[in-house]
Amino acid sequence: MANTHRYTILAIALHWMVAALIFCAFPLGLYMSDLKLSPLKLQLVSYHKWLGMTILLLVLIRLAWRATHTPPALPASIAAWQQRAAHALHHLLYVLMLGIPVSGWLMSSAKGVPVVYLGLLKLPDLVDKNKALGNALETLHASLNYTLLALVLLHIAAALKHQFVDRDDTLSRMLPFLERKP
Amino acid sequence: MRALSHYLLPALLLAASPVHALEFNEVQTAKSSIVFGYRQMNVPLTGTFSKFAIQARFDPGKPAAAQVRIDIDLSSIDTGNSDADEEMPGKLWFNTQQFPTGQFVSSNIKALGGDRYEAQGKLTIKGKTLDVAAPFTFRQEGANAIFDGSFKLKRLDYAVGEGLWADIATVANEVSITFHFVASSKK
Repeated sequence: MANTHRYTILAIALHWMVAALIFCAFPLGLYMSDLKLSPLKLQLVSYHKWLGMTILLLVLIRLAWRATHTPPALPASIAAWQQRAAHALHHLLYVLMLGIPVSGWLMSSAKGVPVVYLGLLKLPDLVDKNKALGNALETLHASLNYTLLALVLLHIAAALKHQFVDRDDTLSRMLPFLERKP
Repeated sequence: MRALSHYLLPALLLAASPVHALEFNEVQTAKSSIVFGYRQMNVPLTGTFSKFAIQARFDPGKPAAAQVRIDIDLSSIDTGNSDADEEMPGKLWFNTQQFPTGQFVSSNIKALGGDRYEAQGKLTIKGKTLDVAAPFTFRQEGANAIFDGSFKLKRLDYAVGEGLWADIATVANEVSITFHFVASSKK
């Protein structure tokens, strides 16, 4: 029998893997961009790109899961406007989880340094080398990331509020061991 | 009809065959290029040297008499990345203050058959001189000669990228040099 109170194991695993990878890729990107040129910087930039492409792949799988599954309903005690806000936030998070790695990939192409995934698989260039476009995409990539940071903080704050203030079973949909027994 | 086969046809054949007496000795640097290729974290990248001077003489019929000398202004490097361009003239890379020019001087040019030749000679970068051999092709395009070739070198043989940059897992040791020279014949 399907458990309608929580996400499937696959959806839960993908959510936390993507979360963990974002929590690596974001500070890494912030740190490496201020480094002066060195072998370490070149290594970190490559690792950052590999993390980003892994996130992109996992998010595509998450979208496929979303297309074929209905997420567990939010507790009925949550006000309708809050439910709408939660759904809107989730949609925005998906837009950013796709848009950020794609903007990074575009930026790599425009800057003339293609992505070679894990140092093994050369990904196609999405645009031709173009310095001005590369700089514009760098700004876009950073702006999208700061937007993601704000939304992720909101996402976490909302989850914690439901867990510790409202004490409903919102977070347990993604962390089943937290489920309160009726 | 007779006049055509007697005079015009031989003239056409003569025009179509390579003119062995022609010596190409003026390289048009604006139409020529020196490109280097390398791998950084296994990402294939290319760059160019925009300033170089070439003295050459090449007659395809007499390759043994051919000579070439190339002087490359190493500070004219364009890696495609402004941070890297700033780094390249530094002491760890080309040290252009002390060694502004890279130089190739041919010692022997030999025919390999068909349109293929090989230039052997000495390449000097950063005060180090080593023997290199660069295979190339020659073809004639109108009044111009087109030379295309490439060879590989190891950057650490010339101490290009010292200290922390000697780590060849990040920036590979092997560098390919690809050249395209257009030369005309100065009377």
